[in-house]
Amino acid sequence: MSYLRGFYLLLAVALLLPIAFPGSYYVTVVGVTAALNAILAVSLNLLMGYAGQISLGHAGFFGVGAYASAILTTRYGWNPWPAIVAGMAATGVIAFTLARPILRLKGHYLAMATLGMGIIINIVLVQAGSFTGGPDGLGGIPTLSLFGWRVNSDLRWYIVIVSVLLVVVWISLNIINSRSGRALRALHGSEVAAEMMGIDTGATKTQVFVLAALIASLAGSLFAYQQAFVSPDSFSFFFSIELVTMVVLGGMASTYGAILGAVILTFLPELLVVFEDYEVMIFGAILMLMMIFLPQGLFVGLQGLVRRVLRAKQGSERGAA
Amino acid sequence: MKIRHTFSALAAAALLGLGSAQVAAADSIKVGTFLAVTGGASFLGDPELKTLQMYVDEVNAKGGVDGRMVELVHYDTGGRAKDAVKFAKRLIQKDKVDVIVGGSTSGSTLAVMPLVEKSRIPFISFAGAVKIIHPVQKWTFKTPHTDAMAAAKIFGDMQRRGITKVALISGSGGFGKSGRGQSLQLATQYGIKIVADESYGAKDTDMTAQLTKIRDTDAQAILNFGFGSGPAIVTKNVRQLGIELPLYQSHGVASKKYIELAGDAAEGVRLPAAALLVADQLPDSDPQKAVLLAYKSKFEAAHGPVSTFGGHAYDGLFIALEAIDRANSLDKEKVRDEIEKTNGFIGTAGIFNMSPSDHLGLGIDAFKMLEIRNGDWTIVR
Repeated sequence: MSYLRGFYLLLAVALLLPIAFPGSYYVTVVGVTAALNAILAVSLNLLMGYAGQISLGHAGFFGVGAYASAILTTRYGWNPWPAIVAGMAATGVIAFTLARPILRLKGHYLAMATLGMGIIINIVLVQAGSFTGGPDGLGGIPTLSLFGWRVNSDLRWYIVIVSVLLVVVWISLNIINSRSGRALRALHGSEVAAEMMGIDTGATKTQVFVLAALIASLAGSLFAYQQAFVSPDSFSFFFSIELVTMVVLGGMASTYGAILGAVILTFLPELLVVFEDYEVMIFGAILMLMMIFLPQGLFVGLQGLVRRVLRAKQGSERGAA
Repeated sequence: MKIRHTFSALAAAALLGLGSAQVAAADSIKVGTFLAVTGGASFLGDPELKTLQMYVDEVNAKGGVDGRMVELVHYDTGGRAKDAVKFAKRLIQKDKVDVIVGGSTSGSTLAVMPLVEKSRIPFISFAGAVKIIHPVQKWTFKTPHTDAMAAAKIFGDMQRRGITKVALISGSGGFGKSGRGQSLQLATQYGIKIVADESYGAKDTDMTAQLTKIRDTDAQAILNFGFGSGPAIVTKNVRQLGIELPLYQSHGVASKKYIELAGDAAEGVRLPAAALLVADQLPDSDPQKAVLLAYKSKFEAAHGPVSTFGGHAYDGLFIALEAIDRANSLDKEKVRDEIEKTNGFIGTAGIFNMSPSDHLGLGIDAFKMLEIRNGDWTIVR
């Protein structure tokens, strides 16, 4: 299947990295953060890139998943696995309830509504102190274990989180290349036209919204177990913006673009740390230049560039023959 | 934003003729730190970083610890817990530091604690919350007083004045919430009843509604836990409403800024604070006086008015360096044991006596009860 070619390449890179650079800080520590961000970016891309529904509250769902796992395991002594499922269920219910009224809105209004949703979730996390530990957060979260294999080292977390990323990418690719994926893209193009073609736009939007929220919740749970600590500021409005930036930077409507965006936005600050006080300035300048010269996003833009170069080459060869 | 002191360390080594600079660098003691130098908590991180840099330079100029230069590796967390974890990992795995000091806010300290315990590296925090040292974690220590100690000090003073009914008003931020919880828990031990329990948001500009409610109770004193502009507004509102009750503030307002903001309304307000604020007024017999005055004059000469927060960094840095000196090695287990054995260390926050069951080592007497008179701090005796 041709649409999975990129996926196999990703799989190979993911497998080779820890072998090529054993024990490297950039692979097992920064890499894991990048992979976690990539899971979130890929899920947000389904909603934003393909269905064209902007969400400025994605960190909220990430937070619900993280806190559900944190609270259930520390306060109620649950096993981490059912806690993940419970977190996803809770997120799913919240997303489903909100989807219909919120997704009726368009453009700026949709952005405002999702923004409000993210902020409200954050406020609840801060204020419901007796449950969530308030602004100081919640610690002592147990780690995952799979048939006695405890996920307690950076390398093991790499294996778990990168595996989840691969599954999420595979799901994302399959959805896009299915009937509902085509419906999503039709929706993005023109909602009225999509309805004329017999697509139930309301239901389609709700489905993708809930799916994106479920994946974010799963990522949140993994984050909570990996850090063994959660606090509300990890799920703030600013993180939602960061996620949107990843998707836009990598290139909307491209799963690999979302991954690339996540990887770049995670690694850049890490590498720019050596510039001390100028770090933020250089970071901003790089983002600006990328958006000016590759406005469709890095991945999509580079793809187009490569294609143009190839075509020019073919053209000249044909001319010579 | 990383500031490496290798250069100054090398310069100092060359100056003092301590042999080849490369040898000195190879044997250097690496102190890692992550602080909230920017962002909402920068009033904590900024003086902390300045203090660390200032004293690392001083130690190196004097020839280091046992001839070993000290190298400071710093990252700015902006007050975000997630970044704190990221940088703590970087300090441990990439920079391979020998000891970590820092973590300006309770949130970022609590966030890195699981990592610190797993990585088995000594860590001295500059944050307030009781949760950091209670229950005791093997590798984590801290230097600032806890909010529980502040509440105990306040209630002790109230008890002496015969106050039994107290109205509590607290900020809704982390500091205010934690202080409120500790106050509610401790009050009964001092025979004090909390007759009102009000709160306000971080950005509120008027607290007269809450205070009017408090006026209608039979409270004999008002206690306000919070920091930032909130407490100053509470203080003003109390006087505007003509409430004559004694007003107590927490150590969260222990800076000149509070007196500036509250103006005349601050007259007569009492609060517990570290002795650093009133160093000049201490009797000469006080063992802390010399240390406090030295820190104060050094900091003020370089950076302007001193705050207690920078003092926490001073305490943390020297507890760590003295422990390394005593351990005579950089073995993490040995350094940790020596930190735990810190005894009679005279710091800016008080005299530290740590033990396996107490990773702070300060008594309640480390706080002084202050009263604001004529726009300045006065020790209540």
